[in-house]
Amino acid sequence: MIRFSKVTKAYPRRGKALDDVSFQVEKGEFVFITGHSGSGKSTTLRLLHLADRPTDGEVRICGFSSALTSDRELWKVRRRVGMVFQDFRLLPGRTARDNVEFALEVTGNRRGEIVARANRLLAQVGLAGKAGARVEELSGGEQQRVAIARALANEPQVLLADEPTGNLDERASRGVLDLFRELNASGMAILMATHDLELVRAHPSIRLLELSEGRLAFDSAVPDASPVQGGD
Amino acid sequence: MHAIREAVNAVRRAPFLTLLSAAMVALALYVVGLFGVATYNLHQALQRIEERVEVVAYLRDGARPSEITVLEEDVARMEEVRGVRFVSREDALEAARRDLPEFEELFVGLDVNPLPASLEIELMEGYRTPAAVARVAERLTIYPFVEDVRYGQEWVDRLYLLQRIGALTTTVLGGAFAVVAALIIGTAIRIAIFARREEIYVMRLVGATNGFVRRPFLLEGAFTGALGGLMAAGITWVSYQLVSRAIFRLEWIPVSWVLAGIAGGALFGLLASGLAVRRYLQEV
Repeated sequence: MIRFSKVTKAYPRRGKALDDVSFQVEKGEFVFITGHSGSGKSTTLRLLHLADRPTDGEVRICGFSSALTSDRELWKVRRRVGMVFQDFRLLPGRTARDNVEFALEVTGNRRGEIVARANRLLAQVGLAGKAGARVEELSGGEQQRVAIARALANEPQVLLADEPTGNLDERASRGVLDLFRELNASGMAILMATHDLELVRAHPSIRLLELSEGRLAFDSAVPDASPVQGGD
Repeated sequence: MHAIREAVNAVRRAPFLTLLSAAMVALALYVVGLFGVATYNLHQALQRIEERVEVVAYLRDGARPSEITVLEEDVARMEEVRGVRFVSREDALEAARRDLPEFEELFVGLDVNPLPASLEIELMEGYRTPAAVARVAERLTIYPFVEDVRYGQEWVDRLYLLQRIGALTTTVLGGAFAVVAALIIGTAIRIAIFARREEIYVMRLVGATNGFVRRPFLLEGAFTGALGGLMAAGITWVSYQLVSRAIFRLEWIPVSWVLAGIAGGALFGLLASGLAVRRYLQEV
C-alpha cells in the first residue's frame, strides 16, 4: 500500500531533510513515526501526501507514484489519503458540521448525501451533539475530532496524522488515539508522526519507525533492531 | 451550481471585504471613466468642427446653367463627396445680409451684386483630411468656369494636427490608465483571496479538483470587478453632472462605453482571481 524507496529529500537552504529512507507499510497497518524535531517526520508525511516530491528515490501510495502523478492529478491521491495536523486547519467561523460538509461538497457529493454523511461522520468521532457549534467554541480535542471527521469524508484507505496530539492534553490525546485504533480496526492504514514517547510506550503493539537526522534509525518491524531513543 | 453557491456564500460571509475590493476596483475604473468622459467630449468637439470642413467652388459670372449642372453631377459622383449644394448669386447676397448684419449698410443700395455663385461641397467622414480636401479642390480647378476654390487649408491642417494629437494622447494615457487600473484591481482581488487562502488549502487537502477550487473564486472575482465597474459608472456620472452644471456643459458617454467599463471590471476581476488562485493552488 505504501512504499518509500531510497527516498532523499533535500531543500536548498536546509540541506537533506531525509536521506536514503526506505520502508513499506501494508494495508491495515498502524505505524508511529517518531524522532526529535527536525528528524524528518513531517517531511515524510508531506512526501506521502505528495505535497512535496522526493529529490531522489520514489514514494508510492495507494497505487500513485511520486514520479508519475502530476500536480493536476493530486486530487485523486487526496481522496484516498486523508490527513490531519497538529493545528487542525479547520475553517474558522464555521460550525463543526460546516467543516465536514465542506469537504463532502468540494468533492462533488449531492446535497442530501452530504448532510447524512456529515452527521454519520460527526457521530463516528463522538461529536454528534456538537455539530452545530462553531469550531472556536470547541476544545482542542474536539477540534481535532472535527479534523479527523473531515479527513474521513472521502473514506480514505490511509490516514496520515502529523503530531495530531501535539496540542492536546493527555485525556484528549488518549481519545484521539482510541479513535485511530477504531479506524485502524476497520482496515484503514494509519501513519502517525509524534514526538510523544509516553504515548508510543503505552502502545507497544503499534509498529514504530524512528527517524534520526533524516535517516531511518529504527523499524520495529525489522527483527533484532533496537530503538535509538530507547523509547525515551 | 456549487461554484455559484460558494461565491454567494463568500460574499455573504465577508460583505465588507467584497465591498472594499469593489471600492478599490471602482476607484481605479473611476479614473478611466473620467478620462473616458474627457476623451468623448474632446472627440465630439473635434467631430463637430470637422463636420464644418467643406470645399467651396466659386463660379465665373458667365457660367451656363447646363455647365453648372454637369459640374454638380460630376462632383456628386466623387467618392469623397457627401453632398453638393448650388448657391446662386442672390442666395449668396441674402446669406451675407443675414450672417453679417454689422455690414448691413454696405449691402444697401448696391447696383450690382458683387458676390459670385458657388457650389458648396460637403465631404464624407474620413475624407476631411488635408490631402483628401486638397485632392477634391484640385479636381475642381480644371473646370474653366470655376474661378476659385477655397477650403481654408491652414484651418484644415490645424484641425488634422489637433485630431492626431488627441488620438495619440488618448491611446497613450488611456493605455496607461488601463494598466494602472488592472494592477489595482489585481491587488484588490489578491487581497480578497489572500483572506481565503485557508479555504483553498482545505479544498486541495480533501481532494477538490483544481477547476472545482477555481470556479467560485473566478465568479467572485468577476462579480467584485463588475460591482466595482458599476460603482465607478455611478461616481463618474455624479462627477459629470457636477462639472456639467457648475463649470461647462458636457455630453455623457454612450451606454456601450459604460457597459464596456463594467465588463472590463468583471474581466479584470476574473483574470486577477484566476492568477491569485493559481498561486495558492501551487502551494498545497
